Amino acid sequence: MSASKDSIGRTLTVAVLLCVVCSVVVSAAAVLLKPKQIANKNLDRQTNILAAAGIATDGKDVQALFDELIEKRFVDLRTGKYTTVADPERYDASKAAKEADTGIKLSRENDIASIKVQAKVMPVYLVKSDAPQGFDKMILPVHGYGLWSTLYGFLALESDLNTVVGLGFYSHAETPGLGGEVDNPNWKALWPGKQVYHEGSMQPALGLIKGSVDQTSANAKYQVDGLSGATLTSRGVTNLVHFWMGENGYAPFLSNLKAGGA
Amino acid sequence: MSQVKDVLIGPIFNNNPIGLQILGICSALAVTSNLGTACVMALAVTVVTAFSNMFISIIRNQIPGSIRIICQMAIIASLVIVVDQILKAYAYEISKQLSVFVGLIITNCIVMGRAEAFAMKNPPGISFLDGIGNGLGYGVVLLFVGFIRELFGAGKLFGIEVLPLITDGGWYQANGLLLLPPSAFFIIGMFIWLIRTFKKDQVEAPEFELAKNSQKEAA
Repeated sequence: MSASKDSIGRTLTVAVLLCVVCSVVVSAAAVLLKPKQIANKNLDRQTNILAAAGIATDGKDVQALFDELIEKRFVDLRTGKYTTVADPERYDASKAAKEADTGIKLSRENDIASIKVQAKVMPVYLVKSDAPQGFDKMILPVHGYGLWSTLYGFLALESDLNTVVGLGFYSHAETPGLGGEVDNPNWKALWPGKQVYHEGSMQPALGLIKGSVDQTSANAKYQVDGLSGATLTSRGVTNLVHFWMGENGYAPFLSNLKAGGA
Repeated sequence: MSQVKDVLIGPIFNNNPIGLQILGICSALAVTSNLGTACVMALAVTVVTAFSNMFISIIRNQIPGSIRIICQMAIIASLVIVVDQILKAYAYEISKQLSVFVGLIITNCIVMGRAEAFAMKNPPGISFLDGIGNGLGYGVVLLFVGFIRELFGAGKLFGIEVLPLITDGGWYQANGLLLLPPSAFFIIGMFIWLIRTFKKDQVEAPEFELAKNSQKEAA
């Protein structure tokens, strides 16, 4: 018995059978649970967009609230103007970034957020309003590399396109308890009211500093407390804000909007 | 009957996988900064250990000796992926917090250790219970560490404020060290000390005797 159990034929049979069974189980779980996971992801993204804009969602139907308040539009980053895409429902910026015709390869010195490629066209989310400029708040998707992972989030701006309404990340894999504190509501509460640009400039000034911000300093409105124990994640957040608010990010679009048209 | 009790209760204090066998330390450091994630992690490890023990035990007589570790790994890895998928579908928030650590259950020495040490030699039913027992033993330590870290590190339990923090206008100055992974080392060390104070038989014999202080005659 034991001789045949360890024979080469038997070993191969057991290995193949086990692999087949395991792969069937794993694929079944992945396929069956996929719709639920995608629904969760969408809901999470919408919740985060609303949260970045400072709209309370507790107890309300997120989907309905989102459809009622938010308008999704697309921006061509290079021209800084609104544009349209073929299939707005299914447009995926991270996929578009990897294609040669819809993405841009970033050179090393431009790539401060360490994302290597970016999409030419990005979705932006407008909080609808009757005001002349057509929106009340502007919610911009941002991402960049932290310590372990790319952080994906949203930065929301007031209608002056300079004052921060909120910043929130919906996907990252930073160390729980350290870099993972980017999700901490107390830390996120530090962002509203901060200024992205110095007056008259389109160079992003906003960033994280080490330790706590001295509220009496003149620069306090351009600074946010760093995350303690997470220097590299903090640096990553600063970099991604600088990148996306800079000339390779939304700066051309924001200047067009400020000048009166995009 | 007593065997069932042994494999279920034994690993909690008498033969704790972390306390006595010193297995599975790394995840115990990583996910214990708050009780919520510690709970889910303990549950996930328990489920994976129990079912991997059961499945490995069912086919233990078929697994050829030469590839037995790989076979165990295949089963464990499949189970971990299934658990990860289920968490993503039904507990999205928590799966986001646990992030990579669910995947790392695969490398948790407890799962593999029980598969090799117990499930390969025992029938499925008792192996399943052994998995539950060891998962509980792991869970007890996680909850103990998570309790201390969250209470004194953040002044909260399960995210609910217990000790009002100075930063929020209370009186408690949070101990930031406890939120960092190294603090779990100290707490696990103290946990082991505590267990061995009451259960002297767990104290290992010293590997070598320290020389006595030099006597007068020797000088």
